[in-house]
Amino acid sequence: MMFVPGNNPGMMADAHIYGPDSIMLDLEDSVTMAEKDAARLLVYNALKTIDYGDTEMVVRINPLSTPYGKKDVEAVVKAGVDVIRMPKTETADEVRELEAEIIKVETELGCVGRTRIMAAIESALGIVNAFEIASASKRMMGIALGAEDYSASLKTQRTPGGAELLLARETIVVAARAAGISCFDTVYSNLDDMETFRKEVELIRDLGFDGKSIINPRQIEVVNEVFTPSPKAIEKSLRIVAAIKEAQAKGSGVVSLNGKMVDRPVVIRAERTIAYAIASGVLKEEDAL
Amino acid sequence: MEIKTATAGTLESGDIVIQIAPGDGLQIDLDSSVSAQFGRRIKEVITETLEGLGISDATVTATDKGALDCTIRARVTAAAVRATGKDVWKD
Repeated sequence: MMFVPGNNPGMMADAHIYGPDSIMLDLEDSVTMAEKDAARLLVYNALKTIDYGDTEMVVRINPLSTPYGKKDVEAVVKAGVDVIRMPKTETADEVRELEAEIIKVETELGCVGRTRIMAAIESALGIVNAFEIASASKRMMGIALGAEDYSASLKTQRTPGGAELLLARETIVVAARAAGISCFDTVYSNLDDMETFRKEVELIRDLGFDGKSIINPRQIEVVNEVFTPSPKAIEKSLRIVAAIKEAQAKGSGVVSLNGKMVDRPVVIRAERTIAYAIASGVLKEEDAL
Repeated sequence: MEIKTATAGTLESGDIVIQIAPGDGLQIDLDSSVSAQFGRRIKEVITETLEGLGISDATVTATDKGALDCTIRARVTAAAVRATGKDVWKD
């Protein structure tokens, strides 16, 4: 998910050329108070006009507690955004308040249920309430970590190893999985240190995140490389799925492959690897059958 | 509709600065490096947007840096909202 400032039309027009899975147009922190109105109009017109193809379009709105939040919701729902990202979410009630605002606009448009919600969790209280937030609405498609504000709320600072984020990251993954939705990691803002960035992407992949937030097209390649399964892993996963299908045809839910037991959890991991391989474009869907 | 002088947009690449001031009839002064190719179209978009917002009397000064039509519409609308003091944006 690539962050793009909502008041920069040049970046907004070009962002999808680099092939991110998702683009998040930002009306919050990257836009000054004096330009909130102009950015909202820019995002509205861009969403209405620019063909972003299959790229998932997300808009980060201002908090509903500000004078801008509700106007942001009205504009982006009318423009047909896929997902609204709510910043600094701390309680499930905030998600339900956003949902009520979305429903108002969707009812006017006659398209109730179209807009999905992602909540950014950026404080200690938000982490404590992570599962309640993740399960607050059927529209919830994901939760994401906002590390800068979260670190400030812990009264600590960002470190290269990310020790200060470990509990938050694990909590977000667990909460998202328990709620049956996706989870996305925070941004890494030092563009001159791609090595540490790659290590961070590997870490969050291993923790179970579905993806990484990025701030520059240069970071897309690294994220795709890390999340793309290796040929060996794909081959193994295909063999596992084929073996279990064969076993199931014979009435068994477990099978031995190369001397190792293959049961349901192993199959689930193999299916996820295959899904990532297809999404990454290194495996054709027909070859996975 | 009563208006005061107001501006929206930046001089960044891909953007356009729109200044709207009180005027009699609609007058557009455009500065763009692609004026020869797209000047007429840019003025059309500015005119259509202002008419859609109910503004027919204004002097518009536009400094274009290669803006798309959607950006021109957004910046004209933002300048109009600021010039009229009314949230006049619409579909």
